[in-house]
Amino acid sequence: MKSILLYMHVHQPYRLRHYTIFDAGTYHNYFDSTWEDKANNQKTLLKVAEKSYLPTNEILLRLLNKYPEFKLSLSISGVLLEQLEEWTPDVLKSFQSLTDTGRVEIVAETYHHSLAFFYSRSEFETQVNMHKDIIKRLFNQEPKVFRNTELSFNNDLAAWAESAGYKGVLAEGWHKYLDWRSPNYVYKSSVAPNLKLLLKNYRLSDDIAFRFGDRNWSEWPLTTDKFVHWINQDVDAPIVNLFMDYETFGEHQWQESGIFDFLEHLPNEWLANTEHNFLTVSDAVDKFDPVGEIDSPETVTWADTERDLSAWLGNAMQQQAIASLYNLEQPIFRLNDWSLIEDWRKLQTSDHFYYMCVKWFNDGDIHAYFSPYDTPYDAFINFMNAYHDLKSRLLERGIEV
Amino acid sequence: MLGWELPPHNSGGLGVACYQLCEQLSKNDVDLEFILPYTSQEDISFMKVHGAMRDGVLEIMQSGIAYDSYKYIYNDGHEEWHDLYSQAKFYEHAVADMIKGMSFDIVHAHDWLTFRAALRVKALRKNIPIILHVHSIESDRAGGRHGNPLVREIEETAMLGADTIIAVSNFTKQKIVAEYGIPADKIEVVHNSIDQNSLIPSDPDNAYKYLSLLKQNGYKVVSNVGRLTIQKGLTNLLHAARIVVEKLPKTVFLIVGSGEQLHELITLAADLGISENVIFTGFQRGKNWRDSFAISDLFVMPSVSEPFGLTPLEAGFYNVPSLISKQSGVTEIISSCLTVDFWDVNEMANKIVAVLRENALKNTLTDALALELQAMSWERSAGLVKQLYEKHLHRAAV
Repeated sequence: MKSILLYMHVHQPYRLRHYTIFDAGTYHNYFDSTWEDKANNQKTLLKVAEKSYLPTNEILLRLLNKYPEFKLSLSISGVLLEQLEEWTPDVLKSFQSLTDTGRVEIVAETYHHSLAFFYSRSEFETQVNMHKDIIKRLFNQEPKVFRNTELSFNNDLAAWAESAGYKGVLAEGWHKYLDWRSPNYVYKSSVAPNLKLLLKNYRLSDDIAFRFGDRNWSEWPLTTDKFVHWINQDVDAPIVNLFMDYETFGEHQWQESGIFDFLEHLPNEWLANTEHNFLTVSDAVDKFDPVGEIDSPETVTWADTERDLSAWLGNAMQQQAIASLYNLEQPIFRLNDWSLIEDWRKLQTSDHFYYMCVKWFNDGDIHAYFSPYDTPYDAFINFMNAYHDLKSRLLERGIEV
Repeated sequence: MLGWELPPHNSGGLGVACYQLCEQLSKNDVDLEFILPYTSQEDISFMKVHGAMRDGVLEIMQSGIAYDSYKYIYNDGHEEWHDLYSQAKFYEHAVADMIKGMSFDIVHAHDWLTFRAALRVKALRKNIPIILHVHSIESDRAGGRHGNPLVREIEETAMLGADTIIAVSNFTKQKIVAEYGIPADKIEVVHNSIDQNSLIPSDPDNAYKYLSLLKQNGYKVVSNVGRLTIQKGLTNLLHAARIVVEKLPKTVFLIVGSGEQLHELITLAADLGISENVIFTGFQRGKNWRDSFAISDLFVMPSVSEPFGLTPLEAGFYNVPSLISKQSGVTEIISSCLTVDFWDVNEMANKIVAVLRENALKNTLTDALALELQAMSWERSAGLVKQLYEKHLHRAAV
């Protein structure tokens, strides 16, 4: 038996409006862009919903109804769920229809899609619990498998996840710790023997997520029979982990690329062989014994050619911005003002730091595609102005940072 | 090659660009003769440099920078003064005289002051291809307005008659098409570059003693280096300066250069109540020029219409980041800078404040620009120019 683990990550940040140093100290509505602004969150959500969420969920529901063997896993950030509840309840409902089938598993993560794990353990745990609560409320599930923001993973995270009661963690299938080994098996952590690891097969995942619509790619066009053939080439492997951004379908790869047809036909092609099926991440963790250990003293993510945190924390601006933000933790909690805490948390979303990346010459183009800013420097200026306003709100209440 | 200025007698980027382009072309085995509108003893080994002299003229002297009037000293001892427009006419006739004994394959002329001369050559030698190199057009120099109709006439006539036009940016190419209706396929874009070897590193002993002292006391310096003309957009910078000073009183704006707007700008600074924070130095060369960059925390080029704009690259060499108007061609070749629309003084102020407050921003911009500068050279641009030459020579031969 050979199984596909399809896992998709769904997320939208609260983008900042154009916010100047002259707004700081006067207006506190960092996230309220005008409708015309390309950073407007509601407008962006409506666009992504129309291009990606609604058509993809329609296909997924149809597949779930047609093939009893079809299963998948999703992680949905808390900041997106908030926006769905407020602006597109129909989209939220379409996600709930998927989980209602009992064959769509939700994966745990931080509510704010943050890098808090690396800066404040207590804040991190609060955000994980907030996410747990909203998943329980909206989907009536209690996630058992964890993914940290951007699939960032290291031994510390493994130890934490085990102690927090998770059965498994998702991570990148990177050669740095796999060495010659294949990602198409279940592993365990070297520091947390009860914690199983599911590692992304980045070649096959990225064939869909990044290369699918690229007409210069020698394998273009990618068909389902070709793709299934590639999966089958690793004859003995029990699983193949296809992990990707949900927005691959319709947003990163446009409808015109044929991505929806690919998704629609993949289960049919795969299940034509009775030795094939789909598993959710918990199914896989329960079913397989680990074949080896993964030791990751350093942090590995699923981003860029470096597979580290450099896309978020690689330059001085990013390091300064995030350090400044987490410096406010203690003073903000002293005030216990919910609106201040909320704004502070929304600023922790990793996207804000991603927009500040200056890796122009290799991965820069990908970054530019997702950024509402003209340049990474504009992103930094805007973010720091919002940070200065948070500081001024503390100062007004007599708390100096 | 016909041009109006070369270092050290240049008033800005035009002379530097001509010099460095020619230096690289000569390395690529192009044999150059350069005709200037004035006489000077240049120490240039890679090409022959002539003053455009008519019979009977002993010497032509610039009175100030390259765009002021000229003094003619004749063999018989009498002197005449000529303004820029009549100087361009004299230059035209002198070039026509001079080429009688010269042999050459191509005429390459830089900006409108030499365009009449180029057309005159075309009239005398029908088979010689004419390449016009546009570093700016009249509407740039007029700050986006119509400008002088006499100059516009020269630019339009010459560009219509030229075999090829070189524009220093896509920004300029589009303006040439829009302003003069020149077919886009006749215009090639060749970006300027910077030869870092031509710049002398700054020394720790900065010429601005007072500013150094202020900096020790927590002040920050924002500078502009350039001609004080409407094209350069400095009134907007002063309006932004007022907003910045309100937020960060320990900020000094250093305005280096001369030009017809000097008195207007001084008055404006006073009207805005920020005279104490704005320092006008006049035109500077050499160490004082270098140290204007070196003392700065941020360089601002707020030009209303800047075909290329070399100064942000020079600032980068002295480890100073730049805020550049989006109406500037140089933003086509560098990414590591801040940009702003020249009219948006609030956003200009916002970005100035950000750089002055956040060292991380300043350092990231500086380091990233240094990497971009390292990769820059005139080789590629000169290669494109040489290709154009060869294309025309080939065509002429057929």
